[in-house]
Amino acid sequence: MGRTHVDAVIVGAGWASSIMAKELTEAGLSVIMLERGPERTTPVEGAYPESIDELRGAVRKRLFQNLSQSTVTIRNTMDQTALPYRQLAAFLPGEGVGGAGLHWSGVHFRVAPEDLRLRSSVIERYGAKFIPEGMNLQDYGVTYEELEPFFDKAEKVFGTSGEAYKVQGKIIGNGNVFSPDRSDNFPLPALKDTFSASIFRDAAKNAGYHPYALPAANASRQYTNTYGCQMGPCNFCGYCSGYDCYLYSKASPNVNILPALRQDPGFTLIPNAHVLRVDLDHTKTKATGVTYLDTKTRKETSLSADLVVLGAFQFNNVHLMLVSGIGKPYDPVSNTGTVGRNFVYQTITSSRVWLPSSTYTNQFVGAGGAGVAIDDFNSMNFDHGPLGFVGGSPVWVNQAGVKPIAAAIGAGGGGTPRWGSAYKNALINTYKHSLVIDAHGSNMAYRDVYLDLDPTWKDVYGQPLLRMTFTWKDNDIRMNQYVVSRIEPIARAMGATKMNLVHLNAGQPFDTRNYQTTHLGGGAIMGDNPQTSALNRYLQSWDVSNVFVIGSNAFPQGMGYNPTGMVAALAYWAAHHIRTTYLKSPGPLVKA
Amino acid sequence: MEPTLNRPLRRSFVKGLLGTTSFWMASGNASWTAALAAEAAHPYQPTFFDTMEYRFVEAASERLFPADDNGPGAKALGAAEFIDRQMQTPYARGENWYMSGPFQQGPANLGYQLPFAPRDLYRKGIAGVEHYTRQHYGKGFADLPAVQQDEILTALEGGSVQLGEVPGRVFFEQLRTNTLEGTFADPLYGGNRGLGGWIMLGFPGAKADFMDWVNQEGAPYPLAPVSIAGETA
Ligand SMILES: Cc1cc2nc3c(=O)[nH]c(=O)nc-3n(C[C@H](O)[C@H](O)[C@H](O)COP(=O)(O)OP(=O)(O)OC[C@H]3O[C@@H](n4cnc5c(N)ncnc54)[C@H](O)[C@@H]3O)c2cc1C
Ligand code: SF4
Repeated sequence: MGRTHVDAVIVGAGWASSIMAKELTEAGLSVIMLERGPERTTPVEGAYPESIDELRGAVRKRLFQNLSQSTVTIRNTMDQTALPYRQLAAFLPGEGVGGAGLHWSGVHFRVAPEDLRLRSSVIERYGAKFIPEGMNLQDYGVTYEELEPFFDKAEKVFGTSGEAYKVQGKIIGNGNVFSPDRSDNFPLPALKDTFSASIFRDAAKNAGYHPYALPAANASRQYTNTYGCQMGPCNFCGYCSGYDCYLYSKASPNVNILPALRQDPGFTLIPNAHVLRVDLDHTKTKATGVTYLDTKTRKETSLSADLVVLGAFQFNNVHLMLVSGIGKPYDPVSNTGTVGRNFVYQTITSSRVWLPSSTYTNQFVGAGGAGVAIDDFNSMNFDHGPLGFVGGSPVWVNQAGVKPIAAAIGAGGGGTPRWGSAYKNALINTYKHSLVIDAHGSNMAYRDVYLDLDPTWKDVYGQPLLRMTFTWKDNDIRMNQYVVSRIEPIARAMGATKMNLVHLNAGQPFDTRNYQTTHLGGGAIMGDNPQTSALNRYLQSWDVSNVFVIGSNAFPQGMGYNPTGMVAALAYWAAHHIRTTYLKSPGPLVKA
Repeated sequence: MEPTLNRPLRRSFVKGLLGTTSFWMASGNASWTAALAAEAAHPYQPTFFDTMEYRFVEAASERLFPADDNGPGAKALGAAEFIDRQMQTPYARGENWYMSGPFQQGPANLGYQLPFAPRDLYRKGIAGVEHYTRQHYGKGFADLPAVQQDEILTALEGGSVQLGEVPGRVFFEQLRTNTLEGTFADPLYGGNRGLGGWIMLGFPGAKADFMDWVNQEGAPYPLAPVSIAGETA
């Protein structure tokens, strides 16, 4: 036997895992990080000009998960047969060192404080009856005040550019008036507004709303972070989303954490290592380590570890828990069990505005996190009473750099032809003179929307695929429709010659064929009750106390904001409590 | 190919003509003329498609993205060469797709569920369309007038035609997607000849630095596109 023993094994090499690895090696632990995909570094995969090749990048999906090895199955309702997600489309998970943190866009939010206690907040304002039947609305079990130091820490690692509103109780800038107090300003000033964002800012302001610059992990200036890692100024090349930044300007684990971590003798990164399961002892309450497959040699290896951290991304974390037998699988019929419960996503619809033909929107210019947003219809910032739904959406112009193949394949729709001369004319006109306004909203959790193991399809390692049962529900459709209706006056004020307002339709099922976001959440959520959450408020498994599960899987609801800022803060929060409490006396941090 | 940015062309950019009808008619448009001449001198020899299949891809892609006042169509831009060359890549063999069975059909919104990779879709799809056109029109697709070619493409898109094992709509979407890729991908892959696709859209290509063009109050971007290999219009 003679299994290699380390203090901690971390699964995955994205943001969640890299943060945990940095924190645990700082605490003096020996750490092995296992990543199923290949090694990736900026000088190789990020090298210009190959890195900005649209076909090879976002179209053939060079940096994304290769589904031939493993995927999920999806169905809308419990009475359907779920079918495999055979081609990447609706969401684009990462693979390889850096995870999706290498090819993300960089919009870097904190959280709306009320979203952390959404159930309590809704009940306080509107009463328990306001919550629709079948909605599993829950609090996170942690407050904004508790998380604030960790949001701050993450921003200083990511080199986040932004415009603050309130710092230590004092209004200091032109930021988001709905945003909570901060202990410190953003490390870098906001990125410049693109033309499209600047006219949105003016129109939204004139309409009485409160526009602010999106917080962006795209560096507005040169920056050296907490770990001594350096970033160069973003030049708005527009190749964030789906690409790795050749300028070291977009934050990624590869640029912002791993250069420091790789120098630590206590740290070992093993790429091409697909973790098959967390090994448990006979009591099923203690993990003994993990077993992984070297995807090159096909050799299986078991590592022994005192602490196991899952950072394999939301649904992979849930999959690993289910195949390893950590916690009780969720049963939607009896509404019991926790692993797979509260699977959530995000509502997003993109409306298009055309400007006069003398005005060029230059949509190829942009940065992943650049843009202007309003929060007037997000979270609990508006009166839901007369509207009768829970949740909300920020609305924004986030011109991240539109590429020609994506524009051409997507153009059409809304009654316009999809090929031929009329299409060609519309495509050119749309590419040159239009812009997009998104409603990027919340998605609530429902009793019959969940994750479990598929009875039929398997991955190449012989394990059952994860099964998603997911569709849009009335509450979220009505929320989206309401918020989109508020876009129209803004678009008019921007000088629209034409607009195509897009919203979800009543009864519209989730469609796996069109990209929405990769902001999947829930399935192994945090909370203060082991009957309704898989993890305690420190992201520790209630059932197996030496397993921590870090990622958006912890979100009880899908929020209007992009998730990664919250994931990073939760990783630092969990790490802090592991370092200050758990390591001194390993065991449950909260009594069940 | 040599970078061929000459003076008269540069002046036409300044006038904001890039990609307009007058631009395509301007005699100074050297890169485009050069690309056409190079192809005419040494026409591309397909390696995946046979002659009939290649003629089909050329003809059908041209109807999807036709030459008109806005500029060249898919045929002149080399979309067929692009697609043929793509057929030799892992993508075309379905190596990035989950291709394990069982293959069971379901509602369209749950996505693609056929056991065919792009190479199979083209082989089966083209044979199916040729069979269909010979039956209904007495000739192969490439030999029909544009109006009838459009009729057939409309029928495929609308889902009323089954091409043997392949639904017509699936084949249509495959062809449309790859045609548009071939029109707008970097010329590295055989399409977008002379950067013609990018010129039409006003896309600067591999420039990848817009520090000073973040907000120019809606003015058009003034410089011609450049490819990864350094070719410029
Ligand atoms: C195109 C795109 C744009 C985005 N833009 C934004 C944005 O602007 N703002 C924002 O907040 N979020 C954005 N996101 C989402 C963001 O990328 C994710 O929230 C974030 O990367 C999640 O980090 P993670 O560490 O939890 O998981 P990941 O980054 O996915 O990392 C998980 C890693 O674990 C590995 N892994 C999985 N299973 C195993 C296994 N069994 N064994 C070993 N390794 C395994 C994976 O290969 C992967 O590398 C975007 C995502 C995409 C795809
Ligand atoms: S837009 Fe900025 S951050 Fe994004 S890839 Fe380009 S330089 Fe990097």
